[in-house]
Amino acid sequence: MTCLALFRKELLSYFVSPLFYVVAAVFLCLSGYYFYTDLIFFVTFGFGMNILENFWQLLLVDLRLVMLLSMPLLTMRLFAEEKKLGTIELLLTYPVRDAELFVAKFAACAAVFGVMLAGTLLYPIYVQVIQPFPWVPLIAGYLGLFLLGLSFIACGIFVSSLTENQVVAGMATIGILLLFWILSWNEAATSPELLRVLIRLSMFDHFQTFARGVIDAQDVAYFVFFISFFSFLTLRVLESRKWRGRR
Amino acid sequence: MIEIEHLTKHFGSTRAVQDVSFTVRRGEAIGLLGPNGSGKTTIMRVLTGFFPPTSGRARVAGYDAAEQSLALRRTIGYLPESVVPYPDMRVRRFLQFCADVRRITGPRRAQRIDAVMHDCGLREVADRLIGTLSKGYRQRVGLAQALLHEPAVLILDEPTVGLDPRQIIEIRTLIRGLRGRTTVLLSTHILPEVSMTCERVVIIDRGRIVAEDTAEALTRRVEGENRTFVRVDGPREAVGAALATVPGVDAIERADGAAASGDTCSFIVHSGTGETVRKAIAAAVVARGWGLVEVRPLALSLEDLFVRLVTSEAAARGGAGFAARPLEPSDRP
Repeated sequence: MTCLALFRKELLSYFVSPLFYVVAAVFLCLSGYYFYTDLIFFVTFGFGMNILENFWQLLLVDLRLVMLLSMPLLTMRLFAEEKKLGTIELLLTYPVRDAELFVAKFAACAAVFGVMLAGTLLYPIYVQVIQPFPWVPLIAGYLGLFLLGLSFIACGIFVSSLTENQVVAGMATIGILLLFWILSWNEAATSPELLRVLIRLSMFDHFQTFARGVIDAQDVAYFVFFISFFSFLTLRVLESRKWRGRR
Repeated sequence: MIEIEHLTKHFGSTRAVQDVSFTVRRGEAIGLLGPNGSGKTTIMRVLTGFFPPTSGRARVAGYDAAEQSLALRRTIGYLPESVVPYPDMRVRRFLQFCADVRRITGPRRAQRIDAVMHDCGLREVADRLIGTLSKGYRQRVGLAQALLHEPAVLILDEPTVGLDPRQIIEIRTLIRGLRGRTTVLLSTHILPEVSMTCERVVIIDRGRIVAEDTAEALTRRVEGENRTFVRVDGPREAVGAALATVPGVDAIERADGAAASGDTCSFIVHSGTGETVRKAIAAAVVARGWGLVEVRPLALSLEDLFVRLVTSEAAARGGAGFAARPLEPSDRP
């Protein structure tokens, strides 16, 4: 009940602010442009045994970039705005558990992200009309995108809980997420041993499997761990007001 | 209902509150009085479970603020200082949200929302965005959310700040109307406010309690003497000398302010008793053929009281010695 009320409040605050509409519009325009150019590319230069499967793989990997740039804009306000406005003092003096507050914010952001992601389903539906194709690998890819999105949200909420400046929260989130992307890029600079570790940590290497249409328990476990880790950190930050300044 | 024992709160090296203890009985209204930055808000935030004390304990309705924070937060209504509730929510929607968070359900939900909107005068702005409301209305929205669940304990941090005089009177009337039913702790730096809304006053300065009593008792305690304002149409030196010789007068003070005009001169007469001295002064002035323009007792205002309590405390601590300075009456003409 309490958690549901908080969830509704968070959801409402997304839909009354222009930010969500701008982010969603930019997300859908850019992903639509990627879809269009990727499709033209494969139609013109189509290669590989299974043209459509390669096409979806490329599109999913491209969507990842659009998400990386747009998701932090959705998460940056979650705690930073409440701190700036001082409304966090109201919320934290209501009979609300920290976990309820966190879950409500996380779920609202996930729902908004879900709506945005659902918008991109227009592309496979369009292709299906012209040229039917197997959906199962694509569903695996979308599950990967969704898990990736939840990981972005978990990280973004954590950063947002640290500051009362939304821009700082947004920029720092982009920084952390980008680092997890490029972590395994520079093979020449890292020793083979270190590279093995970095690939394990790299969020986008784990996403690659999903993009190929494969659901690997290892990769699912990685994202679940990533989300749990940042959720844990956020709850500790919320809790910190209870032990800071205490002897 | 509220028990605070040896409460201390440090922020890094800043000592916001130091060894504060007081209790508030059920149904009592108590005012926390002090200048800005004296630690009022910190005490209130500890009481609302927002953060725990560095040491000492605070209990509200039997719940420990640090240990049983959730149960405590169910029993209190809190109006934080200068917080604008969600600016992009409409007033009614915000109150519905508060009702849901506090698990007020069924017919009581609509009934309570309607009641607080009526009590706080919010009906005409029920569907406006909170962000577009004037400061006074926002403050009333804050008060409405604090009253929504009929809390046993109401904690109000500067409830009338930023309101116009008419709104201040309305809010004070509202708070007075809760007396007996609800335990009220309110903070303010506007001194007359506490005497109007509260039975008891706790005066704090720089994180410490300076005094705690009823407003009347505090006045008596600090006063200990009567002061009478006298304005006479006559020669200044002679009048002064004559007043000093009136029986019962301990000391006289010249009080010619900006309002002094023409031939009249003004004095403040310090004495042990009030009424008999005023009669004697009137008789002495009239007997000498001067014109008695004004004789009135000077009550020690809460402003005076505060200045005296705080300065004497500072003198006792630091030996600055300005406690001996004669009191500046705020209502000097």
